[in-house]
Amino acid sequence: MTMPAGEHRPRGAGLPPFQALLDDHADVVLRFLIARVGHVEAEDCFQETFLAALRAYPRLRDTANLRGWLLTIARNKVTDAHRDAQRRPMLSDELDTASAAPPEPAGREVWDEVKRLPAKQRNAVALRFAEDRSYDDIARTMATTPEAARRNVHEGIKKLRRGQR
Amino acid sequence: MSADRAIDNTAPPRLPDVIAGFRRRAEAGGLLDVAYTAMDSPIGPLLLAATEAGLVAVAFSGNHDDTLNELAVRLSPRILEAPGRLDAVRRELDAYFEGKLRDFSVPLDWSLVGTFSRRVLDRTARIPYGAVSSYGDVARSIGTPRGARAVGNALGSNPIPIVVPCHRVTRTGGTLGGYGGGLDRKTYLLTLEGALQRRD
Repeated sequence: MTMPAGEHRPRGAGLPPFQALLDDHADVVLRFLIARVGHVEAEDCFQETFLAALRAYPRLRDTANLRGWLLTIARNKVTDAHRDAQRRPMLSDELDTASAAPPEPAGREVWDEVKRLPAKQRNAVALRFAEDRSYDDIARTMATTPEAARRNVHEGIKKLRRGQR
Repeated sequence: MSADRAIDNTAPPRLPDVIAGFRRRAEAGGLLDVAYTAMDSPIGPLLLAATEAGLVAVAFSGNHDDTLNELAVRLSPRILEAPGRLDAVRRELDAYFEGKLRDFSVPLDWSLVGTFSRRVLDRTARIPYGAVSSYGDVARSIGTPRGARAVGNALGSNPIPIVVPCHRVTRTGGTLGGYGGGLDRKTYLLTLEGALQRRD
């Protein structure tokens, strides 16, 4: 099909069809959410994440890191879910081993180790390495200071290194 | 987020189910600007796309990604594979290819069609099943007797082929002229409709 040239300036020019985001990233987002909120809440968080993304999509300017963008939204939805549950905006201590899938299959062993870390370190490490968040971001998400976030990541990594030897 | 979580024995959610739920909610929330699906046909796979207003594009095989990218730019990037919205179109096309349907009645969205092309395609849509018109006939009937070439261009960029039957416009003198989907497809459609003799 060749379409006639449009006369109006199209909105969202250059954005791929949203379906491409589902095809490329839905799997990662769902596994991330399962790891963070468990089986039951992951489905709802997933849908909230992609609905928010779809709503904002035509106005998105930077398409260089769509996965990062989706994971940022997903992380916010996790925070919302926690807030709804009258909790501090941080991760649950009760992540059960069965529901916590690693973000990438290649890192399965490492993430199994991560799951055994104390909550603060586990969350900080996950945010830093599964989501590639900055320490400022991690601090905001965990309601702490950037220094504390950095320390939590550092301590977590140290424990992981020790555990592997 | 409670103590139950420690005994979370529920099965993990399946990705296709989760996506289907998202799609339903997107559509219910008015966020699904363009729905598309693929279907098989005797002239190869077809891509069908619809807005809330109606069928906006039909594309032949080989360029589905290009078509979707073009729809993203020209209509909206809020595009999802959502077959439900195209059920009626698929049913009518199936019936058409079985020779059981002569006139399509699904609503159409003309937003990809410019003013002149719209006149050409409206006129084309009135050529009856089983009949053909020439480019010159169509040009004359819309009041541009010297516009046969422009008519050809408008037909060539018809975004809703088959349903808007641009294949029913042929050259004066009996040769087929061009077709966006290729002459084999044009021949097939005209033969199906009885406008061309079946050659075995």
